[in-house]
Amino acid sequence: MTIFLHELRSSRLSLIIWSAAISFMLGVCVFIYPEMSGQMSEIGDMFSEMGAFSSAFGMDQLNFGEFIGYFGIECGNVLGIGGVLFAAITGVSMLAKEEKEHTAEFLLTHPVTRTRAVTEKLIAALAQVVILNIAVIAVTAISIALVDVEVDAGKLALIFLAYFIMQLEILCITFGISAFIRRGGLGIGLGLAIVTYFVNIIANLTEDLEFLKYITPFGYTDSADIVSSGELNLGYLAVGVVFLTAGIVAAYVQYNKKDIL
Amino acid sequence: MYAIKTEALTKFYGKSRGIENVDLAVESGDFFGFIGPNGAGKSTTIRTLLGLIAATSGRAEILGREVLENKTELLREIGYLPSETAFYNGMKVKDMLSLSARLRGVNCTDEAKKLADRLELDTDRRIDELSLGNRKKVGIVCALQHKPALYILDEPTSGLDPLMQREFYSILKERNDEGATIFLSSHILSEVSRYCKHAAVIREGRIIVTDSIERLGHTGVKRVSLKGISVLPEIEGSKDIVTEDENISFLYSGDEKALLKRLCTLDFSDINISDPDLDEIFMHYYM
Repeated sequence: MTIFLHELRSSRLSLIIWSAAISFMLGVCVFIYPEMSGQMSEIGDMFSEMGAFSSAFGMDQLNFGEFIGYFGIECGNVLGIGGVLFAAITGVSMLAKEEKEHTAEFLLTHPVTRTRAVTEKLIAALAQVVILNIAVIAVTAISIALVDVEVDAGKLALIFLAYFIMQLEILCITFGISAFIRRGGLGIGLGLAIVTYFVNIIANLTEDLEFLKYITPFGYTDSADIVSSGELNLGYLAVGVVFLTAGIVAAYVQYNKKDIL
Repeated sequence: MYAIKTEALTKFYGKSRGIENVDLAVESGDFFGFIGPNGAGKSTTIRTLLGLIAATSGRAEILGREVLENKTELLREIGYLPSETAFYNGMKVKDMLSLSARLRGVNCTDEAKKLADRLELDTDRRIDELSLGNRKKVGIVCALQHKPALYILDEPTSGLDPLMQREFYSILKERNDEGATIFLSSHILSEVSRYCKHAAVIREGRIIVTDSIERLGHTGVKRVSLKGISVLPEIEGSKDIVTEDENISFLYSGDEKALLKRLCTLDFSDINISDPDLDEIFMHYYM
């Protein structure tokens, strides 16, 4: 597990900063809820009358008067965008950074198979996403306990689970991309994360484009759908798992035959 | 047994040439120089031997075993020093050496300390703060600390000062005396001629000569220096003619008696005929 431990050690600062930033913003969102809740019915009415804009963000389906509705929109966006950016940056740089910084030559001239290098790096990337989610969930839980609001724990867990799976999907896709590139992966990673977010917004605007929800992980993390149905959309999720698997397989296949220049 | 053996090893990067039909045979226990100008294919050959890049065709064996099928096992017995050493950011020298040892699954603390002392390398410093030469030393310790059977060194002395170069070669000589094989690439001929037993010359991706250092140096070429004349008449077989005031110097390859007869017709005041050094031979006859 030498490579795994080395990866965790070298990325600890970035992991701490991302975990702290996302947790802090979620904590703030939860803490301002009691103040906001008094005005929520008005805000909710206002949002539900904003037509396409509200539906783009799922605000037509959510009840802002309830904490879970508020959490789904406000905190969902923070965790969704923040988490997916972290996953994309982590995934896309994991293999490519070794070639960018010319350390792949150092690593792969030791008695280490490329399959082992990919496996340990993948586990290190997954571990980082797990640690980030543990920190975020812990801070959210503590914040909720402190502001003392009633919350549907089942639906809240479902929202966190959906975002966790989404981060894994983006992580694995960008990890697969990472095996193909030698440098400049950051733009690809960030671009992919942002495009998937906007594809979901577009899919929310009109039913004609709803099929787009199959190709973006934001499709199955849509808090409005989760809160109103109380379950994850398994159709969208299944496609996500296919993308996730494809990313991992591509990473192994490509990295094993790649020339290290 | 051969420490390194390649047959028709070829690598193309798309359409551009890397190496073509490289045949190398390095005996176990040899101190072998791999000479060629920049871009000749030295690093491509080495990277193919290490399995970093896949050959387009041909085959390569190290320590009697096929490289592709036994890559990981072979890497345990190889110490590799790249021409440009790159390390992970933010690490201390000792952590880097320890990472290298752990990736090999061995404990080399004692040997690493001995090597660092001999090379005057401070292992408590961060690698980012080191000069190019000191970074090279980190690479050297990483390549040598596990005492491998085969050393593959790509331009090992670039960045090292002359005193460190001497110390480095004396360590290599000790390892070679203990039975290890040294294979080093270089474009500095003087160090190859001083330390190596055999050498191969690569140019434009092809091996053009492989032989012992003595035989490579005895090509029948002479450096002729004449004093007291300013114009050299046409002499067949002369090359690299340098004229300075009343001094003329040239390289000659051909019949030595014919040269002497021709020189007798010239009105010079002093003459010196000597073997050229390896640098000159390679510059004018192999490159």
